[in-house]
Amino acid sequence: MNTVYIPRDSSAISLGANLVAAAIAKEAESRNIPLNIIRNGSRGMFWLEPLVEVATSVGRIAYGPVTTDQVASLFDAGFLDGGQHALSLGPTEELPWMKHQERLTFARVGITDPVSLQDYLAHDGYKGLRNAIDMAPQDIVQQVTDSGLRGRGGAAFPTGIKWKTVLEAPAEQKYVVCNADEGDSGTFSDRMIMEGDPFVLIEGMTIAGIAVGATQGYIYVRSEYPHSIAALNLAIKSAYEAGYLGRGILGSRHDFYLEVRRAAGAYVCGEETALLESLEGKRGLVRFKPPLPAISGLFGKPTVINNVISLASVPIILDKGSVYYRDYGMGRSRGTLPIQLAGNIKHGGLVEKAFGVTLRELLYDYGGGSASGRPIKAVQVGGPLGAYLPESQFDTPLDYEEFGKLWAVLGHGGIVAFDDTVDMAHMARYAFEFCAVESCGKCTPCRIGSTRGVEVMDKIIAGTDPAKHIALVRDLGDTMLNGSLCALGGMTPYPVLSALNHFPEDFGISKKEQAA
Amino acid sequence: MHDQMARIQSHIESHQHMAGALMPLLHAIQDDLSYIPEECYGLIAKALNLSVAEVHGVVTFYHHFRTRPPGRHVLQVCRAESCQAMGCGALESHVKSSLGIDYHETTSDGSITLEPVYCLGNCACSPAIMLDDEIYGRVSPQQVESLLASARRDNP
Ligand SMILES: Cc1cc2nc3c(=O)[nH]c(=O)nc-3n(C[C@H](O)[C@H](O)[C@H](O)COP(=O)(O)O)c2cc1C
Ligand code: SF4
Ligand code: FES
Repeated sequence: MNTVYIPRDSSAISLGANLVAAAIAKEAESRNIPLNIIRNGSRGMFWLEPLVEVATSVGRIAYGPVTTDQVASLFDAGFLDGGQHALSLGPTEELPWMKHQERLTFARVGITDPVSLQDYLAHDGYKGLRNAIDMAPQDIVQQVTDSGLRGRGGAAFPTGIKWKTVLEAPAEQKYVVCNADEGDSGTFSDRMIMEGDPFVLIEGMTIAGIAVGATQGYIYVRSEYPHSIAALNLAIKSAYEAGYLGRGILGSRHDFYLEVRRAAGAYVCGEETALLESLEGKRGLVRFKPPLPAISGLFGKPTVINNVISLASVPIILDKGSVYYRDYGMGRSRGTLPIQLAGNIKHGGLVEKAFGVTLRELLYDYGGGSASGRPIKAVQVGGPLGAYLPESQFDTPLDYEEFGKLWAVLGHGGIVAFDDTVDMAHMARYAFEFCAVESCGKCTPCRIGSTRGVEVMDKIIAGTDPAKHIALVRDLGDTMLNGSLCALGGMTPYPVLSALNHFPEDFGISKKEQAA
Repeated sequence: MHDQMARIQSHIESHQHMAGALMPLLHAIQDDLSYIPEECYGLIAKALNLSVAEVHGVVTFYHHFRTRPPGRHVLQVCRAESCQAMGCGALESHVKSSLGIDYHETTSDGSITLEPVYCLGNCACSPAIMLDDEIYGRVSPQQVESLLASARRDNP
């Protein structure tokens, strides 16, 4: 029987993938062609979605972007056997976008049926867990430490060290919590994993549980991601049924229970302690640290809290070994990073590469430049709290330390491009506004400072005494930077001040005045 | 109202024994009734051993929870950076003026509630919107216009 792949990824659906799937099923029926339609994850080439692939003797052949009214002509062209059509793209793996990536964490995304355990197993799934089951917890933690994996949620803290703290904290009950709140603009890799390969996250969390001695896990998913929640729940159900979750995993002495919890639209709940408060059923107020969650986390118990990508990177480390993973990357940034290209970009989507790839390669070789065809003026990397970088910094390699030197961050690896029509004063105002909307309210610099920042930016935008008001913005930035409890207030100055430093003209002062 | 309270009571019963029950319970109530009536705070507080003020505090802290019923359809327009880079500003003004309402308001015929959202994770296909539970990418003002027109026609 012919097999056709049509993604079930939210972004593909947002461009009509469900309608295309229905049209293909209907057309096949009317032509009496038996068809096996698999709803896979997305390959991450969103300018080509809905991307339809057919399995042929020479591998998968891609067609896209497919609209419903082209379906009949695809059948006429014999696309089920790889026939030529205006939408033909050739073998998927040979497309330039796919060819030079280093997909470790995303190895299966777009390839397998995300909610089929069989398919997961057929593509090397659960090999990492099988190895972990036979290892001492200390050795699992050591593998993760040796791999050099650092948290992909933003702070880049070494995952192995975090796990070690939890392992060594004595307690009756410990937890593994997955931070799937992914609130940053320009980021969608967590979502793509949850929708495109949920088992890899489940496996990663199970390994974490065994490593630290935790028997209960929670995945805290933002409410904006209904498709992720559905895919996770389906995968969790089959993992339980097949003995990969629950009591005595795969006949071992390890238990691990896992549950999805829905967030409720508060950006600050991505901050780990606010997330724990929310899981406990409270308002998402940031907690003072110490104690660290690793010592006193969920319900006061030792808790591993990691980002989706951090956890989803663990199975391959336990499968292929820490050296295999560590051999990718540069400096102290080891392994690969799923990079998300968004905003005003011709080819938006997901690229997984070893650290060290430059912004320019990503923006032009992969991204193909701006969508509008105009020059790219600035990119914001790392979400709403990340700095804006001008063209002169596009040769920076993706590396935590290199970005640090520029007073910038990598965050979740989201890159948002803006063409030369963007007004950077407007973006600085928005950064303050976002902070005001999303502040948890615990500290004054963040709560009041952000609102005050919007007012001052309004004056600058209106052209009222810019020099004086810019001094005020710098002052506010300083207070927020130094006086905030968490990075929401503490990093809002990054987008604001980087916009001001690199694009003073947009704030009504010349580069010269700026330097003075 | 009586029927509503009975439904709420049954959600409370099926959730109250969970660890950290309040969030899942509030979601269950809102999924069922489309909002969380203030009249039920007392019941929830009692079942979960909280004060009414605590329940109120949680409901109002989260953008997702509503204390009043929305229109028959909810339109969320993404306002975050990636969508701004692709012109969501124009989209927003278009939607507001064509519906004659601002964010957090409902059209006078009760059909559409308009809400801002800060990223739908569809940033490679900006600008993005969500109408009820359906997500749309690379949306033009004309496309929203026609989506809204058909949403406003379907009176349940
Ligand atoms: C305001 C704010 C929002 C955050 N949002 C997220 C998020 O959505 N996802 C995430 O993984 N980490 C987020 N973080 C970082 C977390 O606090 C924490 O560092 C992370 O979950 C740790 O996991 P990791 O070590 O695997 O990166 C946020 C931090 C702050 C201050
Ligand atoms: S910086 Fe803002 S969000 Fe963070 S704890 Fe303070 S008030 Fe809350
Ligand atoms: S910024 Fe609009 S969907 Fe992400």
